[in-house]
Amino acid sequence: MAKSRDQIFGEVQEVLIDALGVDDDEVTDGAALMGDLGAESIDFLDIVFRLEKVFEIKIPREELFPAESLMNSPDFVNKGKLTETGLAELKNKMPYIELGDFADDPDINKLGDLFTVGTIVSYLDSKLNAV
Amino acid sequence: MRWIWIDKFVEFHSGQRAVAIKNVTLAEEHLHDHFPGFPVMPESLMIEAMAQTSGILVGEAKKFQEKVILAKIKKAVFFHYVRPGDTLILDAKIESIAPEAASTSGKITLGKKLIAEIDLMFSHIDQNLAGKKFPEENFVFTDTFELLMHDVLLGSASSNSPESEQNG
Repeated sequence: MAKSRDQIFGEVQEVLIDALGVDDDEVTDGAALMGDLGAESIDFLDIVFRLEKVFEIKIPREELFPAESLMNSPDFVNKGKLTETGLAELKNKMPYIELGDFADDPDINKLGDLFTVGTIVSYLDSKLNAV
Repeated sequence: MRWIWIDKFVEFHSGQRAVAIKNVTLAEEHLHDHFPGFPVMPESLMIEAMAQTSGILVGEAKKFQEKVILAKIKKAVFFHYVRPGDTLILDAKIESIAPEAASTSGKITLGKKLIAEIDLMFSHIDQNLAGKKFPEENFVFTDTFELLMHDVLLGSASSNSPESEQNG
């Protein structure tokens, strides 16, 4: 039951409209969950629970939003920025993420901006369509 | 002392579903002002009643070891007024539960009439992502809550089902 990226996007869009009380035209591929859609920490869990139901999959803690394990380790964070090792770990955990400018200035306060609607879609795409 | 806003549980299926009763009375002073000459239960207090029903269900699922705090009202839709003398049935279900949080769905009925649909999220605050520390003592679940569970703990709930108490 492989789903196309467009199908996944449509279902993710519905989930985010319900979970965050936003309009459909706000839920674009590049919209940041916190910055653009106003998500707070509890919303991330709400989103995970809803995605699990809609896509009938189990999403392990920290797999979709692995910020916590990164932030709490001194190996990964130094002076409020991700270290080389931290960046490598982030890429390792979230191979589908677009780092963009973040790699040049890996300020942990901007970590939230990396979690976009597109990130969720890519994660699900890799999870659902894995061989 | 904790503020208790439901009267008792009549059904309890650990980790899954719980049903509680809330009797509404004109002795509740806020009804005199809400509204003068037209007393109706404030909708915020229907959410509170559902939060207590669902919250205790979520707490019991982890044997009251977690501090369970209402974190999000996912949905609250109201269909009818509730007046003094009404007996509300609060039916709560756990939809998902994880180490750090739980999500529930709930319906409030009066006889066969659907009064409200209230879906909530609860956080287990000691497991919060920010790593904040809270007092050791469980200030959420105190002995007072045991009174509410009295009937269901004794297993007499089935003879006391909401249907047999309601006449529409």
